[in-house]
Amino acid sequence: MHAETGFRESAAQALGDPQIRANFRRAMDGLMAKRAAQFPDPEDFQAMRHLGTAIRARSLLKLPALLEQLEASCLRNGIQVHWARTCEEGNELILGLLQARGATRLVKGKSMVSEEMGLNHFLEAHGVEALESDLGEYIIQLDQETPSHIIMPAIHKNKTQIARQFSQKIKDAKYTEDVDELTALARKVLRRKFFEADAGLSGVNFAVADTGTLCLVENEGNGRMSTHVPPLHIAVMGLEKVVETLEDVAPLYALLTRSATGQAVSTYLNLIRGPRGPGELDGPREVHLVILDNGRSRIYADPQLRATLRCIRCGACMNHCPVYTRVGGHAFQAVYPGPIGTILTPQMEGVGVRHELLHGSSLCGACAEVCPVEIPIPEIIVRLRREATHRDAASAVEGRGTGRTATEDLAWRLWAAVLSRPRVYRLAAWCATRFRRLIPGGLPLLKAWTLSRAKPVPARRSLQERVREEGLPHG
Amino acid sequence: MADARAEILERLRAGGGGEAVPLPDTAVLARRTWAPAERMARLRRGMEAVHTEFLEAAPGQWPGVVLGFCRDEGFANLLYGPRCAAGQALAAAWTPRDPELIPYQDPVESFKATLFDGVAAGFTTALAGVAETGGLLLEPGPEEPRLLSLVPPVHIALLLASAIEDTLWSAMRTRGWGKGTARNSLLISGPSKTADIEQTLAYGVHGPKRLVVVLVNNL
Ligand code: SF4
Repeated sequence: MHAETGFRESAAQALGDPQIRANFRRAMDGLMAKRAAQFPDPEDFQAMRHLGTAIRARSLLKLPALLEQLEASCLRNGIQVHWARTCEEGNELILGLLQARGATRLVKGKSMVSEEMGLNHFLEAHGVEALESDLGEYIIQLDQETPSHIIMPAIHKNKTQIARQFSQKIKDAKYTEDVDELTALARKVLRRKFFEADAGLSGVNFAVADTGTLCLVENEGNGRMSTHVPPLHIAVMGLEKVVETLEDVAPLYALLTRSATGQAVSTYLNLIRGPRGPGELDGPREVHLVILDNGRSRIYADPQLRATLRCIRCGACMNHCPVYTRVGGHAFQAVYPGPIGTILTPQMEGVGVRHELLHGSSLCGACAEVCPVEIPIPEIIVRLRREATHRDAASAVEGRGTGRTATEDLAWRLWAAVLSRPRVYRLAAWCATRFRRLIPGGLPLLKAWTLSRAKPVPARRSLQERVREEGLPHG
Repeated sequence: MADARAEILERLRAGGGGEAVPLPDTAVLARRTWAPAERMARLRRGMEAVHTEFLEAAPGQWPGVVLGFCRDEGFANLLYGPRCAAGQALAAAWTPRDPELIPYQDPVESFKATLFDGVAAGFTTALAGVAETGGLLLEPGPEEPRLLSLVPPVHIALLLASAIEDTLWSAMRTRGWGKGTARNSLLISGPSKTADIEQTLAYGVHGPKRLVVVLVNNL
């Protein structure tokens, strides 16, 4: 689905675009400062994180049982539950639900899982209008772009770009750079759409197993509009989103809003327990929940990689990543960019095809330091780098070993051959030290280093030689 | 897709197990408590920071406060839930010369056009408040429909100071918020807002443009 050009090229391109760099720099600086202000007490922050981590880890430990409990609770509440192994299956399922009810106009609240599924394209191809109603998503949909951030999808654009876009693409809109006027314009267009919609689609931030509650966190109210105005509500979630009890939601919610946007609380936390009940005058007639796997059960099976599934999609790792803040989200060419995407995308799409992502990290550790559920992202990156080039029998990582190039393979074989033969090794060391300045910097593997750095020159004498010359005892 | 379900669960079972994980320690939540008056002040501070407006009222006086506000603002009308006690108290304070008081009493299908284009403000009660961060807890339902607090451009909410809890967590524990039979429960901390255009805050993007809390000081 992705990666026509490599991460390397697209990152280089982004680095050369001063607009992208300025837009991201400004936004990320603001987000980092706001988040920091929400966690003034490091001890309190650590206690909250440990709590968040424990809740997510426990939920995952009990995952299959909790999913069954969630299903039973939802059914009791009148929410119908569907399961999808793949994105294709999920798309078909949703299309089926819409077609059976003659629904052709769908309004969407923000949902990263629907991005993962490529749902909009699929539905449009089958005659269903799928309109994004989150302002950021609406902005990028107008230009047929993909989100560049999981929380703020249009963060790569500035006001002037949006002003130009609105005046060109929205009927009867006059040019304005006033943010309030731009917002009012979008409100007017989207209100009509909510009014007319046959169905609404949303994501799920947390799904509560014991009460069968779907929790939605948002600021705009488009999530409430999408889930409560149309007669049909379809919610989609990755299967890892389940938690055990409603009380688990409170600390996770606190961590989410603070980490994501530096807010102590969002404007809305919407708990959905079912469709319109007896005596109710509004609310959807039907609520459906689609639970998507798409590689998650495979990630789940590996004890170390399972931590990836703790993620609550706050985006803090992106905001603090020195790579992401410079190249922006699109360079990753993945639904989930930044550090979480760096570990999630190769696990979903295959570690061989996406292993370039794994090398787009300096392993500085900023992501792990801010992650509210303590996902050891750098450790997982290192593990996946190994998976990309090795074929460990015990591992179930998708595409393991396929990221190894022929040149790399040859180099390692040569290396092994030299190191396991003392005479050859000594000869090679002698050559390297004697002809040290003659080694061409443009050699295949060396080139990656010398492209932007000075060529490393071996010492005049090898360590072995010096030890022997100086008469030091050695084995 | 019965087989999808079976296959997914089977894969998770096969890949499951693993080390025991630490028990969640909620002490960090439990220690967030305040005296009642401080709770009220905190709630107000938190919500005012995100543009919520406050009107104070003495117990029993609040219907007059709501009425006065609607008159001052020049609202053409106010939408309310006629089946709840607060709605009835409100109706009792109204006179024919006041802004029209519209009861939400028809199914949305026949009421939608008025709801979207003919209502100036909506009135609901709040079940409780959250002191720590500021926020109202609502439980819409047959008495107060779900869209009453969402579609009108102004949302007026009635809150008793005695119903302010320390944290969201304690409201769930002690008050059982979100655990009852209500099919929709909400936390609302302010008017609808967005920062999607260049990180600049703008209010009233999809939901209400203004949130007005009528705070009844019954401490
Ligand atoms: S990995 Fe952690 S920091 Fe990154 S989005 Fe997920 S929860 Fe947030």
